[in-house]
Amino acid sequence: MNYRFISNIIGRILLIEAAFMLPAMIIALYCHERASFYAFAVSIAVIIAVGIVLGFVVKPVRGDFYQRDGLVSVGLAWIAVSAFGAIPMCISGAIPSYIDSFFETVSGFTTTGSTILQDIEVLPRSVLYWRSFTHWLGGMGVLVFLLAIGPRNTEGESMHALRAESPGPDVGKLVPRIQQSASIQYKIYIVMTLIQIVLLLLGGMPAFDAVTITFGTAGTGGFAILNDSMASYSTYCQAVTTIFMIAFGVNFSIFYLLLIRDFKSVFRNEELRAYLGIITAAVVAIAIDIFPMYGSIFQAVHHSAFQVASIISTTGYATVNFDVWPQFSRMILFVLMFIGAMAGSTGGGLKVVRVSLIMKIIKRSIATALHPNSVKLIHMDDEQVDEDVVNGVRDYFMLYMILFGASILILALDPFVDFESALSGVATCFNNVGPGLGLFGPICNFSELTDFSKIILSIDMLLGRLELYPILILFVPSAWKK
Amino acid sequence: MKIVIIGGGKVGTEIAHQLSNEEHDVVLIDNDRRVVKLLGETLDMLTIYGNGASLEKQRQADVGGSDLLLAVTPQDELNMICCIIARKLGCKNTIARVRNPEYARQMYFIREELGLNMTVNPEWSTAREIFRLMQYPGFLKRDAFAKGRAEIVELEVKKGGALDGVSLFEMPKKLKVKVLVCAIQRGGNVIIPDGNFRLEAGDRIHVTAPAAELVSLLQAIGMRSRRSKNAMIIGGGRITRYLAESLLKIGTNVKVIEMDQRKSVQLAEALPDATIINADGTDQLVLNAENIRSMDSVVALTNMDEENLVISMYAKRIGVEQIVTKLNRTEYVDLFRSNGVDCIVTPKHLCAQEIVRYVRAMQNTGDSEVISLHHLLDGKVEAVELRVSERTKYHDVLLKDIQLKPNILLACISRRERIIIPGGGDVMMPGDTVVVVTLAGRVILDLNDIFQES
Repeated sequence: MNYRFISNIIGRILLIEAAFMLPAMIIALYCHERASFYAFAVSIAVIIAVGIVLGFVVKPVRGDFYQRDGLVSVGLAWIAVSAFGAIPMCISGAIPSYIDSFFETVSGFTTTGSTILQDIEVLPRSVLYWRSFTHWLGGMGVLVFLLAIGPRNTEGESMHALRAESPGPDVGKLVPRIQQSASIQYKIYIVMTLIQIVLLLLGGMPAFDAVTITFGTAGTGGFAILNDSMASYSTYCQAVTTIFMIAFGVNFSIFYLLLIRDFKSVFRNEELRAYLGIITAAVVAIAIDIFPMYGSIFQAVHHSAFQVASIISTTGYATVNFDVWPQFSRMILFVLMFIGAMAGSTGGGLKVVRVSLIMKIIKRSIATALHPNSVKLIHMDDEQVDEDVVNGVRDYFMLYMILFGASILILALDPFVDFESALSGVATCFNNVGPGLGLFGPICNFSELTDFSKIILSIDMLLGRLELYPILILFVPSAWKK
Repeated sequence: MKIVIIGGGKVGTEIAHQLSNEEHDVVLIDNDRRVVKLLGETLDMLTIYGNGASLEKQRQADVGGSDLLLAVTPQDELNMICCIIARKLGCKNTIARVRNPEYARQMYFIREELGLNMTVNPEWSTAREIFRLMQYPGFLKRDAFAKGRAEIVELEVKKGGALDGVSLFEMPKKLKVKVLVCAIQRGGNVIIPDGNFRLEAGDRIHVTAPAAELVSLLQAIGMRSRRSKNAMIIGGGRITRYLAESLLKIGTNVKVIEMDQRKSVQLAEALPDATIINADGTDQLVLNAENIRSMDSVVALTNMDEENLVISMYAKRIGVEQIVTKLNRTEYVDLFRSNGVDCIVTPKHLCAQEIVRYVRAMQNTGDSEVISLHHLLDGKVEAVELRVSERTKYHDVLLKDIQLKPNILLACISRRERIIIPGGGDVMMPGDTVVVVTLAGRVILDLNDIFQES
């Protein structure tokens, strides 16, 4: 294990985090929020100090950096970023308990959007800004950002780090250079963010709301700044957000292919077709189911589309309290939580590509039952899928389900939760969605849980965002051997 | 530059590695899934699975919009087809590996008619390298510059020898030969020295000398200066065939030991003047029976690195003067050197060197083009030959008044027919070519890159 190099990576990431806290501090100054201003100033000083020690005082040694170093550094980096990002929330008094602040920050960086706040609207603006900004940064990934702006790096180091941080079973590159890939992704991300902000401003949304809502959408996070989430914004703003939630759930290489006008590859992409197909089917089914509640086709489709987009992209905004919807609609949303967005997007969940691969694996195993000696390969986008990838997806799914089950079991120890809430609470955190059902419905929150449960759910969120292994490996003793 | 490589074998990987390190955008196509996966994980480049000669894959790799296509699959014919397709797609530069000796004779025709810019043949290059080494058995490596008029040669400083304890200042006076030490490896460190540097036994040094002075250099340090008369080659592959042909032409006695019956017959057919022995060359009895002791040179060219090592170590033990070893895997090269196996040739490195030189020359838009490029000390040092032009800063300025960047050395100036080993009183003049020695990792494309700007 190359501890020095890992320390260097974490140090540099902390410095970036400190830089990103500056706007929050300036907002505090501008809005005369004295307590938060000092909180951010102190936090920035602490983070810079730790960052410099880890990144520069500990001299990095080049050389051996293997996949496990990549996994461990990503896992540790995310924990470090969350632990330090929680400091200003805690010491500004906005969220007095550190465990609560940590939960909130993890929820932010992992783009979950679950909150422990009972009244969001009383928070200082600077803290609200920082809370939403963690979504934006966590959405594309902090290490990817480091790669995009960092020095050139030709060896395997960056690839290992990128692989560990990017969602999806088979991480590819857009262009030969990894650094270029990372910066293209970030450019697309920034441009889409700006477009959404402008569209929301045109719809008459206040500037601060437009920026924070967009951060939540871009990272597919879901922290709103009003207690009723998105309900009090205009239909136009809700519709714009619906479209952008779906868009940020799309693999970013699709946008790159559109930019270089390779439409053939876009049409050939099975995952995109599946993603859009699932969305359409779910919107129609729910719209029919909830039509009696709203009495107008437009309203039914609008709310159905918003909630479906919000859940499948794992954003977690809400325009209505969908927990009061009929059982069938709630169940569809629950299933959508697991399917999640496309690989290579900012969304969470299992990812559509894995779900479709699992379907193909099932189809193959049924066919093999009929013709035991048949040789069948699995195809995706007209190309054969490597058996290693197939096995990887299968293992991932099993591990996913086992960890899901284990988390429910542990959460059941909490005296506060009932059966449905435990199930949906873990599902929503694990898949980085945000709101669950029952006690964790869109108008409720996670504040009543014990500290222990909050820590378990924080780990679940990190597991879900980093696709299990980078966090899981931290608990394996042999990963730490030199 | 955008470069597409087809074939991820030994040579393809080596080239991809070097070009990727020189900041080129590399795309590699291979038809082995495992290779594609492994290379995609270890090198910063794009990898594509599939047949590189298929139009679809070449389009996917954007060969048409690339600056260079390199075809280095195992099959010559496939390589040529890859290049033809690439050319039709609009790729300006194509290089194919063609190594069948039967095609070697029609190379000019192939290049012209098929529109290839360059063909590389690692086996032929290796054979040529070994042939050159056998002309002066005292040197461990020879690199030619200025159309062969100057060379950089590698030597080991022997304990108690003429070079042991000599500082570089005194060296020309002591040896009475005009030479310049341009790079030294001591232990694991590589040094670009200045005049105060004192040599020690065990140093591997690179020396620049006019080609005409090589014999005097060898004599001055007390090493044998005549070429090999009797050579034994173990292993009868393509390199052996090229090498034996050249050796026989100049009247060297060549003995080839090849284990495979069929190959032996083919060799006997192609090389009627050589002695072909069909036996196991790793067997001590065979080597002794074929009188390995009386050989001037032993060249180990089997396909197995391990066998080549064992043969070389044995030959060293019984006192053969020159031993050349072919190695494919070079990770352990330091380990072998410590066992006395020090004259090593690696086909993939030679091939990569040729291609990197071509790419550097392509990159250079000005008039100080890269004329030749050689890697010294296992690729840790680079020697680049460049042309001096009117555009070159500090031309016609005394060298002692010019400040070069650290770890850069001017090793040689070639002015028309004359080779100058530069001192403070010399100047660079437009039209000259100069050899610049630098630590690898600094890519020199233009002569103006070497000057320290104050």
